[in-house]
Amino acid sequence: MRSSKSRGRFLTLCVAPAVILYFVFMILPTLNVFRMSLFERGAYSPTETFVGMANFQALAKDVKFITAMQNTILLIVTVTLITFFFAIVFAAILTREKIKGQNFFRIVFYIPNILSVVVIAGIFSAIYKPENGMLNSILSFFKGETVMVLWKDQPMVIVSVIIAMVWQAIGYYMVMYMASMSAVPESLYESAGLDGAGRLTQFFQLTLPLIWTNIRTTLTFFIISTINMAFLFVKAMVAKGMADVGLSFMYAQKDAGLYGYSMAAGVVIFLFSFLLSALVNWVTKREVLEM
Amino acid sequence: MTKEKKGMSGETLYKIFIYVVLITLAVVIIVPVAWVFLASIKQNSEFYGNPWALPAGFYWQNFVEAWNAASMGSYMLNSVLVTALSLVLLLVIALPAAYCLARFRFRGSRFLNTCFMAGLFINVNYIVVPIFLMLRDGDAWLKNLVGNGFLLNNLVVLAVVYASTALPFTIYLLSGYFATLPHDFEEAAYIDGAGYGQAMIRIIFPMAQPSIITIILFNFLSFWNEYIISMTLMSSAQGQKTLPVGLLNLMQAQQSSAEYGILYAGLVLVMLPTLILYMCVQKKLTQGMTVGGLKG
Repeated sequence: MRSSKSRGRFLTLCVAPAVILYFVFMILPTLNVFRMSLFERGAYSPTETFVGMANFQALAKDVKFITAMQNTILLIVTVTLITFFFAIVFAAILTREKIKGQNFFRIVFYIPNILSVVVIAGIFSAIYKPENGMLNSILSFFKGETVMVLWKDQPMVIVSVIIAMVWQAIGYYMVMYMASMSAVPESLYESAGLDGAGRLTQFFQLTLPLIWTNIRTTLTFFIISTINMAFLFVKAMVAKGMADVGLSFMYAQKDAGLYGYSMAAGVVIFLFSFLLSALVNWVTKREVLEM
Repeated sequence: MTKEKKGMSGETLYKIFIYVVLITLAVVIIVPVAWVFLASIKQNSEFYGNPWALPAGFYWQNFVEAWNAASMGSYMLNSVLVTALSLVLLLVIALPAAYCLARFRFRGSRFLNTCFMAGLFINVNYIVVPIFLMLRDGDAWLKNLVGNGFLLNNLVVLAVVYASTALPFTIYLLSGYFATLPHDFEEAAYIDGAGYGQAMIRIIFPMAQPSIITIILFNFLSFWNEYIISMTLMSSAQGQKTLPVGLLNLMQAQQSSAEYGILYAGLVLVMLPTLILYMCVQKKLTQGMTVGGLKG
């Protein structure tokens, strides 16, 4: 008979490497984020002094951090609204109609999602470039002078980040909602049509309530991921310090050697993202409609 | 009769409207990507003219210069090495762990499952600074001990960090699949005299092939495209870099020297592998995307 000793050895051998790596490179750093936010640490020496809540008090008064959080909120709201509106409407149209080349559209719409943020930043800098970019060449043609809106160090640069983020996300969510909408049985639409419900009524009374659970989950994840993606986009697309978001502020403090302060910002953003997703989850709560 | 005709034309208009919208969206996505491909074979002088002009000819020199002078060749090699190594590490570590966590009940198994689930909510962007400091302190300690620190600016360490941070998502996905298999498979293997390890490797892993392919796909994309961890842990100016970080440096340097051809050639080098892979497996990727919804 198989001994429990060999079972134990097998289990340890299988699970231990994953647990060790997970602990060292994920659990420990996460705990460190919270611990370090209470300390001041020298830029080049590992000596730490306990400062209590001083880092957080300084954050509350830091105009740059407050601007960064405002930018974060602006990005969350605009990117989420635009992306979800178009993704859901297009998905509803595409699943209800018989479209020629549906496969082609699906393949194309998914492409931005597989590109690196660095590549997307490169593509959009080709569009926004002041001298000979695609967008500005059109605008300059009408204005008769070189315009440079939306470029890295211009005040409007946050708009360029919004456009790039929507461009990246929209196709992905559209394909996702198409998948969940196509699960709605055709007979429901037929009987609704017989009852005289038009396309709009069908959309609001049938499609939307039936995929609501899916929308809710993706919305929560989208908001958390927007906080992270905004960081990646700002870091790659925007001149340093021009339009910081929460996490890029955190990273800039790390570059300046203010590790404790940087981690305090990290804690605030982390709690903010959790509270926000809890709030969204609560606000979007509806009675689930069964198919 | 007239009423039906009117309805028909409204229907046609609606159809046309849908196609216009869809094609617009497709154009908005394809044109910028295609533009970069075309720009990568333009001569530098062409960039001062109309940006909408087609390239005058195939100017491959951009790629040669990006590959050699801008070191994109060695960055590419680094990226291939890191991506391959982290994928291998991830599979070797996550597969057995997910199998045991999903199919065996032992002391602490419940706790470990919850722990890995919680990891889904830890985003790498928050913990990259503590990881960096941990490795730097480690380097300082090693310097005292053996006179040489090797944890930062090390491709192997970078691969280990990539693999570790991908563990929660990978284990979550794999255990989901393993949990659905009936236990009869192993029972039969045990009766035939196979050990635990043999049953796992010979019987279960081959069955999990579709899930394994999904995992390789998603993680390949995220490792290949990643740049925040790589930028932080490989920060030495003359040290090795991965392709996205090298490209980002090139983009920042390019603003002054205006050698656009090389920049776009570099962009093509980064996205070509992912695009080719996507074309080969797009069906799989768009099907598996409901699980990828957790990404970010």
